[in-house]
Amino acid sequence: MDVPAELRYTEEHEWVDARSEAVRVGITEYAQDQLGDVVFVDLPEPGTSLTAGDVFGEVESTKSVSELFAPIDGEIIVSNAAVADAPELINSDPYGEGWLVEIMPAEPADVGALLDADAYQKLIEG
Amino acid sequence: MTIPSPLDEVHRELGAAFTDFAGWSMPVRYGSELAEHRAVREAAGLFDLSHMGEIEVTGPGAAAALNYALVGNLASVKVGRARYSMLCAEDGGVLDDLVTYRLADERFLVVANAANVDVVARALAGRAEKFDAQVTDRSREFALIAVQGPNSADILRAVSDADLGGLKYYASMEATVAGIDLLLARTGYTGEDGFELYCSPEQAPALWRALTEAGEPHGLLPAGLASRDTLRLEAGMPLYGHELSSGMTPFEAGLGRVVKFEKEGDFVGRKALQARSEQSPERVLVALAGEGRRAPRAGYAVLGPDGERNVGEITSGALSPTLGYPIAMAYISAGLSETGTALTVDVRGKSLPVTVTALPFYQR
Repeated sequence: MDVPAELRYTEEHEWVDARSEAVRVGITEYAQDQLGDVVFVDLPEPGTSLTAGDVFGEVESTKSVSELFAPIDGEIIVSNAAVADAPELINSDPYGEGWLVEIMPAEPADVGALLDADAYQKLIEG
Repeated sequence: MTIPSPLDEVHRELGAAFTDFAGWSMPVRYGSELAEHRAVREAAGLFDLSHMGEIEVTGPGAAAALNYALVGNLASVKVGRARYSMLCAEDGGVLDDLVTYRLADERFLVVANAANVDVVARALAGRAEKFDAQVTDRSREFALIAVQGPNSADILRAVSDADLGGLKYYASMEATVAGIDLLLARTGYTGEDGFELYCSPEQAPALWRALTEAGEPHGLLPAGLASRDTLRLEAGMPLYGHELSSGMTPFEAGLGRVVKFEKEGDFVGRKALQARSEQSPERVLVALAGEGRRAPRAGYAVLGPDGERNVGEITSGALSPTLGYPIAMAYISAGLSETGTALTVDVRGKSLPVTVTALPFYQR
């Protein structure tokens, strides 16, 4: 399973790209593989305020429903409209076109507390 | 500890994702379950169903024993044909739904759901006691491979000289496929033409590989249990544990026609089922269709059109891969079961408008 070194991760199998001011969030390759074909995504409106751990959306596959959890405190800047129209992008390109939202962190330093690629790799290897 | 399929190694080579199903470790999908679903509708899919149970009933009294044990008239089934039936409790509750093949005058093969094999084997043995019949659970002696989809006959023809034209729907024959002697049946659970091949576990990997090779030019894909579930749902076929359970009779499920009161002699559940057949059930199984992409799922509450009163519960649901909109089956109050009735489903706090529709959702 691909776990890009430049990203940060959560225990709920989300990735966070903190290389820009507003951080981009998606689900990992491992998560999409566990879900199977994604057929529906429910994402929040821009302007939604989140506290880390809040449920901010849902990803549905044919067999299951998974909630999305805010990785950090912040505000939704943009939701990926392309993925709402074509949820299969989450399967085909989870770290690229299958991104979900961009969040403006309330506290940019919070991202540093997330898992790094090595720690996440260990998590999914159990 | 889960039981591996006789095809476990083949599935691992194919990179399958596995699921625990009634104590068995079975492939849930190989790649994309939507692609596997589509392959079965448009070309063909190859399924491992080795978890299903096979129980043999033999002897001069086999037909009479089955007529007493099951709600259907198995004695009227001709040799070489098969029949869908149910095993009911004394109170009419459904213990399992079954396909029974009559292999010879005095030999039947009863195919049970994996989760119910022990219940079925025990019930059949107990109910057959006063008949001149033997009941033997042969589940571990059979692997079961299904080829389903419009191209399945072409695929079988490439590896067998069997007279497929003469093999009707719900019929079976002894055949040689890819050099392997097996029981070939024209049955399935997908709503498509297709075949089920009962062979020895030892020969299953060779058979699977031969069918894979023969199927390649015909668009055959290995298909897992995820696609099997969406295929049977589109075809409006009930799944034990969802649409069927010991808490309800065949009449609530709209399958009262499988109960053959006119057959000779007593059968287990006759009294309770007779009484039930003369009343209107309080709740009935219906088909629901919605809009959008959000699927009702098993256990979700069905509410009235006002979104208030709880009128029932979803038993199975999915975004239909073939139709592109949400479909479901549900038990609801009988007064609301008419086709066209508008209802809502509570999808995790959001209400999804649905309409009662006719089964099946999809017909080939």
